[in-house]
Amino acid sequence: MSSITQDTIDTVKSLGKYDAGFVTDIESDMAPIGLSEDTIRFISAKKNEPKWLLDWRLKAFNHWKAMPEPTWGKLKIHDIDYQGTYYYAAPKQKLGSLDEADPKLLETFEKLGVPMAERARLAGVAVDVVFDSVSVATSFKKQLADVGIIFCSISEAVQNHPELVKKYMGSVVPYHDNKHACLNSAVFTDGSFVYIPPGVKCPMELSTYFRINEMNTGQFERTLIIADKGSYVSYLEGCTAPMRDENQLHAAVVELITHDDAEIKYSTVQNWYPGDEEGKGGIYNFVTKRGLCEGRNSKISWTQVETGSAITWKYPSCVLKGDNSQGEFYSVAITNNYQQADTGTKMIHIGKNTKSRIIAKTISAGKSDSTYRGMVKIMPNAVGARNFTQCDSLLIGDQCGAHTVPYIESRNPQAALEHEATTSKIGDDQLFYCQQRGLNTEEAVALIVNGFCREVLQNLPMEFAVEAQKLVGISLEGSVG
Amino acid sequence: MLQIKNLHAAIDGKEILKGINLSIPTGEVHAIMGPNGSGKSTLSYVLAGRDGYEITQGEILLNGENIMEMAPEERAAAGVFLAFQYPVEIPGVQMTTFLKTALNAVRKQRGQKELDALDFLKLMKKKQKELSISDEMLKRAVNVGFSGGEKKRNEVLQMAMLEPTLAVLDETDSGLDIDALKIVADGVNALRDPKRSFLVITHYQRLLDYIVPDKVHVLANGKIIKTGDAELAKELEKTGYAGLTGEAA
Repeated sequence: MSSITQDTIDTVKSLGKYDAGFVTDIESDMAPIGLSEDTIRFISAKKNEPKWLLDWRLKAFNHWKAMPEPTWGKLKIHDIDYQGTYYYAAPKQKLGSLDEADPKLLETFEKLGVPMAERARLAGVAVDVVFDSVSVATSFKKQLADVGIIFCSISEAVQNHPELVKKYMGSVVPYHDNKHACLNSAVFTDGSFVYIPPGVKCPMELSTYFRINEMNTGQFERTLIIADKGSYVSYLEGCTAPMRDENQLHAAVVELITHDDAEIKYSTVQNWYPGDEEGKGGIYNFVTKRGLCEGRNSKISWTQVETGSAITWKYPSCVLKGDNSQGEFYSVAITNNYQQADTGTKMIHIGKNTKSRIIAKTISAGKSDSTYRGMVKIMPNAVGARNFTQCDSLLIGDQCGAHTVPYIESRNPQAALEHEATTSKIGDDQLFYCQQRGLNTEEAVALIVNGFCREVLQNLPMEFAVEAQKLVGISLEGSVG
Repeated sequence: MLQIKNLHAAIDGKEILKGINLSIPTGEVHAIMGPNGSGKSTLSYVLAGRDGYEITQGEILLNGENIMEMAPEERAAAGVFLAFQYPVEIPGVQMTTFLKTALNAVRKQRGQKELDALDFLKLMKKKQKELSISDEMLKRAVNVGFSGGEKKRNEVLQMAMLEPTLAVLDETDSGLDIDALKIVADGVNALRDPKRSFLVITHYQRLLDYIVPDKVHVLANGKIIKTGDAELAKELEKTGYAGLTGEAA
């Protein structure tokens, strides 16, 4: 980890403002614009889905129509033009293998630095790449299959493992959970599916690189990860999107389930296009992520680094149902220019001796606004429940905002809850000290902010930590001086 | 060689330095002594280029080059090093990371090849040994939880790594007991070099028993009012600044 900061500084030097902001020119096969039952039938037919799934989508769609937008976030959101969005866009070529992929597509991955093919094999990462809506290639599937692990796109899972999908999909995030999750249930196009059989420790980090390419395409991926008894998996999710003037909607749903003694570690580095310096364009990142610790002694750990998107609205949560189960949430949220973020977690303690830990680092710069919103809820039967929460905010400049909104609800008198919070600014003396040692202002800010986020970043798997530390520097460019 | 000519500097419009003239030939150690509020720390910040200090007149030349228009990091690359009176804490940033980042930032600006992890570690091990700095200390965050002595030794370590041509020590003796003072002074003396100039700023003569200067200047009310050799410091210790400034120090 010690060389990472140097990487940050190199990258700050070598990268432009938003290097992932290029567009790949490939013809797409698109559903008609707008949202209607026809759109949903189109998607479902394209994917050759069973009737139960179409019915579920339609049920969600009908519910969605009457559902109000969630209002709790401290966010200014323009009305979303649901009818001006495309809900399905797939690259036209059908691919047998990665070798057949459009060179332009491969170039895109190259620019993004997605570890594919040989690079993936060398890095020991299996990548399920979602390019707009359809999985282009899945590597490592065979090696994983040998130990009984299923890692595929959710569309494939619907075809090949319908019993698992039917049993678990919507079991943690019901289709009517909130308006964004409801929309996703109606129109989700792709995403990843992981099943780890009993007793299996997944031998490698599983990774998906999501990318929105088509103009005006909402991306609605859906991820479902099931860790059966005594199993373990670490899952990485990275996101990038090209520069567009319009706001694009991204409403994803992620569901995690751990059975007895199982553990899922879920890491996200989110780098969607944040809009320009005037606040024009950028992704609306409205994501519902929730994990259910179903079994005894099970554990779910969320780590997120949120640097992109015009607006981020997400609360990766844990429902701690099994006795002795544990939930963790480690978060870095960085906003600059006109970005807004309202993010945090919910820890719902149901089982006995359940434990949760929340470490949230918020960095605001420019004219941005960032809120940590978190809930810790202790149910009456959660004897011996414990929570530790730490929220630290760092302000850069004097035109940004940082807010901490913790909700605590304890219905068990024996529960132990701790909450710590700090707010600070990058000091002139810190900047000067770094500059006197040869760092320019941006290098100094990147170094100081990386230090501030250390507790969270060190939870990321190594290859991701490097990328995250670079992003921290890049996303704060121009924020000082 | 450092040349300061008729330097006037102000903070918030208030003039603190009122016409300083000072030359430190390469390889020499000069001490600046003076009562509180005489402008000693201001001089060190002005040399390092800190924001908020306005130079209203005069010039600063380092090896013939005017450094007044340079940003602090450019001055660092040009060879200016300031050992802080109060070294600043940077939570979460490991000392090793900080040192490597700083060294490579300076090397890059100087057009030298950046050091990889291995070469860097070799260099650091060598320097830290000379200053009795433990591995454990370098694993901690920059200056966080450091004792007064550790902080100052750490400053000297950074100096040793960055190899400046002008080292400014701002009240390096403050907050040190006698043992720590000796270690720091030994570290500084080891860095004395025919190619390096030192400006040692101190309130007390004590430090100059260990770092023996070639010249001593007395700064009072923003001006150098007396210059002498090492003996001047000893004299001051007896008479106090009052004898020179005509007022209580």
